[in-house]
Parts: sequence; structure tokens; C-alpha cells
Amino acid sequence: MYREFVEIRSWFSESEFLSSLAICQAMPGVNVVNLAVWFGFRLRGTRGAIIGFCAMVFPALAVIIPISIAYGYWGGYPFVHHALAGIAAAALALTLNMASRVATAAVRHDLISLAVLVVVFAGIGLLRWSMFELVIIVAPLSIGWAFYRQRTA
Amino acid sequence: MNWTLILVLLRVFTPLSFVTIGGGASIIADLERQSVSVHHWLTAGQFLDLFAISRAAPGPGSLLVALIGFRVDGIIGALTAALAVFVPTSLILYVLAHVWRYYRDATWQHAIERGLAPVAAGLILAGVYSILRIAEGGVMAWIVAIAAFIALRWLRANPFALLALGGVIFAIVGIYWWPA
Repeated sequence: MYREFVEIRSWFSESEFLSSLAICQAMPGVNVVNLAVWFGFRLRGTRGAIIGFCAMVFPALAVIIPISIAYGYWGGYPFVHHALAGIAAAALALTLNMASRVATAAVRHDLISLAVLVVVFAGIGLLRWSMFELVIIVAPLSIGWAFYRQRTA
Repeated sequence: MNWTLILVLLRVFTPLSFVTIGGGASIIADLERQSVSVHHWLTAGQFLDLFAISRAAPGPGSLLVALIGFRVDGIIGALTAALAVFVPTSLILYVLAHVWRYYRDATWQHAIERGLAPVAAGLILAGVYSILRIAEGGVMAWIVAIAAFIALRWLRANPFALLALGGVIFAIVGIYWWPA
């Protein structure tokens, strides 16, 4: 995206691209979809946002649906299940790697952030509470705390 | 078209849209809880399969919701689940993009970013834990996962090569260890 938007087409300046990226990553939502909506809007308003959304979501769905159908046919074979269990084990490492990067950046020098992380993990992972309710309560508190710290820093 | 199923899918997945903090990986734990324990759409083994597919297939890993939706109600189910997760946050971002033209405030942006980071980390870790609970292959799974983590973190290995390797190892070992 960076190459296409900034280097090749010069639609956005580098600093504009980076600040947009920061917003899209900070807000809830899947990053690539967020970016498509954001840049689509910046370029062509509402129509651009809709086109950006569709161009990101529907091709991906067009790929995943045949895969779903194939899984319906072959998912029952033990061989397929074993191979997928192996992929899942490796994929676990990918997800853990992502989590560890986010976690180390999040809790640096701040015990409250660590507490937020532990509460969210324990509540959802161990106690299996409903995710939406917990996040709706914890996220605003955590954002408020970050805002307060910025003010007083 | 089965409207009851569509409504159930919307009711389960729309709230999760707002929780996709830091990306789709953050909702894995609740997807597992809802589709395996609460609604019994999938067995734990099937969920594990779909998780693997979503990470190996092209496109965002969050398409795991479409894979689950497909198992519930075919193509309509996949569309419903995907739109339920992607549309609400896109609308929020659309409104924000509007507001941003007149009113930029970096302070809030930083606060949101810093405030949501530990929430995202907790959610993704919970997702890792929920997959670990249903993972199969015992010691093998642990060895593959730890080796892949090390290869990824310190050797900068290609993620897709690791996924393929994990699949091949399990497929070969599986023939001898877990006969059908």
C-alpha cells in the first residue's frame, strides 16, 4: 500500500500516510479494511470509502468460499485433519509472536497497562467471560488512563 | 434463506466487530467459545481446522468468521458473518474520516492507541490460550509451536514456510501415531 500510494502514485505524502496508518491501527477493525475505507474516503469521499471496502472484502471472500466448499468435501479425511492440526500448531506461533510484540510495547514502564492486559487475558482466556461486555468496560477506562497520563506527563 | 440463522449470526458476530482491536486475531478466543461451546456449530477439531485454514489462506486472518459462517449457513452464512464483522467498524472509521477533515486531535489518537494496546495484547493472548486448549498432537504440537516461534522471532523465517512445514510434519507423523 505504501509503495502504491506514496511512492508510485503520490496520492499521499509520507507523513500523511503514516498518521493515517496509526489511526487505522489504533481504531477497532481489521487493519487492511480500515486502511481501504480511510484512504478511499480521503481520495473520493463516500463513494471511495465504499469502493475501498468492497475491493478489500469481496475478493478475499471469493477466495475463502471455494476453500470452505473444499473443506466440506475433504475435511473429514484424517490426513487432512492431521495436516491442518500441524498448520494450526505453527500458526499458533505466528499469533503468539504478534501478541508478544503488542504486549511488550503496551506494558513498558506502566503497571496499570500490565494490569489491564492481565485482567483481559484472565477474564476471557481463563474465566471465559463474554468478550464484548468486558472490553466495553475495560477499554474506555484504559483509554482514559492513557489520556490522563499524557495530561500529567 | 433461513432468517433465524442469519439473525443468530448477526447477533453473535456484530458485537465482536467492535472488539477487533489491533486486528482480527483479538476475537479468536470468543469465536471459539461461541461457535464450539455456546452454539455447537463446530466441534473443537473443526474449529482448529478452520483456524489453520484462515492463517494459511490469502487475505486477512479475520476471514475465520467467514469460514465459520459458511459451516453454519453456506454462502449466505459466510457473507453474513463477514459483513457483520467488517461493516460496523468500517462505519465508525468512515465517520471518523469525516470528522478528521475539520478537527484533528493527535492527543486523543495517542490516548486511544496507548489505551487499547494492552487490551489488544490481552485479547490476542487469550486467543492463543483458547487454541492451545483445543490443540491436538500433544507433545508434537508443543514442539512445532515452540520451534516455529523461535524460528519466527530470532531467525526471521518465512511464516508460510513454517505453516507448510508444520502441516507436512503432522501429516507424516499422523499416519503412524493417530490411525483413523
